[in-house]
Amino acid sequence: MEWTGRAVGSTRRVLAITRKEFRQLVRDRLTLGMIIGIPTLQLVLFGYAINLDVRGIRTAVLDRAQSALSRKLLGELESTQTFELSVRANSEAELFRMLGQSQVGAGIVIPPDLDRRLLRGRGAEISILTDASNPTIAAAVTLAGQGLGQMLSSRIGFFTSAEASAATRLIPGDRERFGAVPDLVRREAVRVAIIPLYNPERRTAVFIVPGLVGVILTMTMMLMTALAVVRERERGTFEFLIATPVRRTEVMVGKILPYILVGHVQVTLILALGAVLFDVPIQGSLLDLGAGALLFIAAMLTMGLLVSSVAKTQFQSVQMSFFFFLPSMLLSGFMFPFEAMPVPAQWIGTCLPLTHFLRIVRGVLLKGAPLESMLGELAAIAAFMVAALMVAVLAFRKRLE
Amino acid sequence: MTTVAAESQRAEATEGVTVIEARALTRRFGDLIAVDSVDLRVRRGEIFGCLGPNGSGKSTLMRMLLGLLEPSAGEALVLGCRMPADAERLRPHVGYMTQRFSLYEDLSVEENLDFAGEIFGLSRRRRRERVDSAIADAGMQRYRAMRAATLSGGWKQRLALAAATIHQPELLLLDEPTAGVDPQSRRRFWEKLFQLASQGATILVSTHYMDEAVRCHRLCMLRDGRRVAVGTPRRLTSSLDRRIVEVRTAQTDAAIHLLSGSPLVASVTQLGDTAHVLLSSGAPPPEECAVQLSALVTAGGLRVTEATPGDATLEDVFVAILLGERFEAEVDET
Repeated sequence: MEWTGRAVGSTRRVLAITRKEFRQLVRDRLTLGMIIGIPTLQLVLFGYAINLDVRGIRTAVLDRAQSALSRKLLGELESTQTFELSVRANSEAELFRMLGQSQVGAGIVIPPDLDRRLLRGRGAEISILTDASNPTIAAAVTLAGQGLGQMLSSRIGFFTSAEASAATRLIPGDRERFGAVPDLVRREAVRVAIIPLYNPERRTAVFIVPGLVGVILTMTMMLMTALAVVRERERGTFEFLIATPVRRTEVMVGKILPYILVGHVQVTLILALGAVLFDVPIQGSLLDLGAGALLFIAAMLTMGLLVSSVAKTQFQSVQMSFFFFLPSMLLSGFMFPFEAMPVPAQWIGTCLPLTHFLRIVRGVLLKGAPLESMLGELAAIAAFMVAALMVAVLAFRKRLE
Repeated sequence: MTTVAAESQRAEATEGVTVIEARALTRRFGDLIAVDSVDLRVRRGEIFGCLGPNGSGKSTLMRMLLGLLEPSAGEALVLGCRMPADAERLRPHVGYMTQRFSLYEDLSVEENLDFAGEIFGLSRRRRRERVDSAIADAGMQRYRAMRAATLSGGWKQRLALAAATIHQPELLLLDEPTAGVDPQSRRRFWEKLFQLASQGATILVSTHYMDEAVRCHRLCMLRDGRRVAVGTPRRLTSSLDRRIVEVRTAQTDAAIHLLSGSPLVASVTQLGDTAHVLLSSGAPPPEECAVQLSALVTAGGLRVTEATPGDATLEDVFVAILLGERFEAEVDET
């Protein structure tokens, strides 16, 4: 009897706590939002944005042959859907520049003597350059390129009569010297050479570590500033502070400055560990990287101030930061290729400063790109920062609510 | 009567400059009126008390005077600065001590004071001097390098006062500075306040301790956001001096039960073995009432040791206010 009595008492207490938790949960709007919001956000982001079969890689074409044959080849390449032949390059230098600045993920070079070599049976070679700093893209390009090569060799009919007779008309001596053209084509068709750039071994660490610089800065910088301000509110020190002659911009700048240093310490740490543990190369100028990081850190700190002017408790600022962090991580091209995302997801990604910083950090570190070549990315981050700062200054009041 | 005369003389002497002037100051939070049309005039060099129960609007009033909260209506002039528009101009001249400890718990005593000095714009050398003298003044040499978090309530309060006065402000606003602090620390704290006032500082201090309110030069009483009384403590209580009877009995609670039924009695409260009686406003003189009330208790079968006229306290004033009486124990020139 006593045993059952105790069990009933215990059940009642458990129910009391359960009921109390539910009441608190329902009244905590932000947590409630998280319960609904996080799965929705994750599902949409992972379901739509993350697409590991890469299609539509922006590709630059350097077509030196400019012939019917080269156009046919390009048509074949485009029909694989892996490449989106969006830009025309006029020189090799231009092609490399576009690759270096991540404007394109691949480049196709067709030699000027394509037709001639093919018809003479020497075998023509087209090159597909790929940005292997992103191994996913490199893998997709390689797969598509190899597939094309095989198809060209097996599809004997591809270079039959029309081209052959045309070629015969162009170079009359060939037929006599080498025999029937179709045979030659069959023996030595078009070879597709895949040239992985920047990360020839296609090591994932080389891709991930520079990206981590951006991801870690996003998380820590934003959260630290947000907490630094909200902590003052929560502990009551804010009321002391706002009753002094200190101005709100002084408070904000004073809060940001130490974290700019902290951010650079983090960057140095990640790069040093990356170099030592994973052999991640540092191709470009560290000064360029530092300058890019400075702007990005400032943008993230501003974002933190924005969070702090809305959040009332430290817990709330963690929750809010998470809502910004999640899309940043998934839509910026940190793990999954930006090119493979659907267009609306790319729009969102373009608004996120991490997307632009990743291009800078990968460009400088892996491709040795100079910072001047990435002014567009810098401008995007700066624009984000100015917008966030304006909202933050307006929202930060040196008053009590 | 002589003390009242001396007080009015003193009042005239200090009446010179008005440091705080509030007119019909009002603050609403939604439907709640936290401060309801309060008029206030605080003169230079006085310790002006703000007495009221929790939720009577003391903190809200102070925050409006500091420009930390926007008034819903009315106006406030503090050291000649209009609040909250001129708040930034006022800041360097004001020290503020919040109800809750608002210094940095993860900084040491010295670091907190140094930070306060720096943010109020003191030069490095001046700061050195001020921090040293503040620490010596507060008797905190032993705790100099200790984190504020490890200090007890009394020491935290001393540190907070030292920080609020590090820049030697003309005006100090103290919001329930002694809440939760032991009597000895409170006593020391008030000695320090008198010292600051004698050096020329004006102090507005809120409290809900009657014994502290009595120490103020003048005070106002707040209830539900309204100013219900203002004046010197002596004048406020003197208007009730002839209305107190103290009845000592062995069974005080039973006596109180009997007394509260009498039409002579406005309110009765227990002080140890004594029933402290506030007589109704129309009651006969206290000597007469003492006899009648003593008879009433004896008739109830209880033994009365003593029944005599007594002195009114600020608590009696408060009770009288709760019962609807008005106390403007001051010719208010506003």
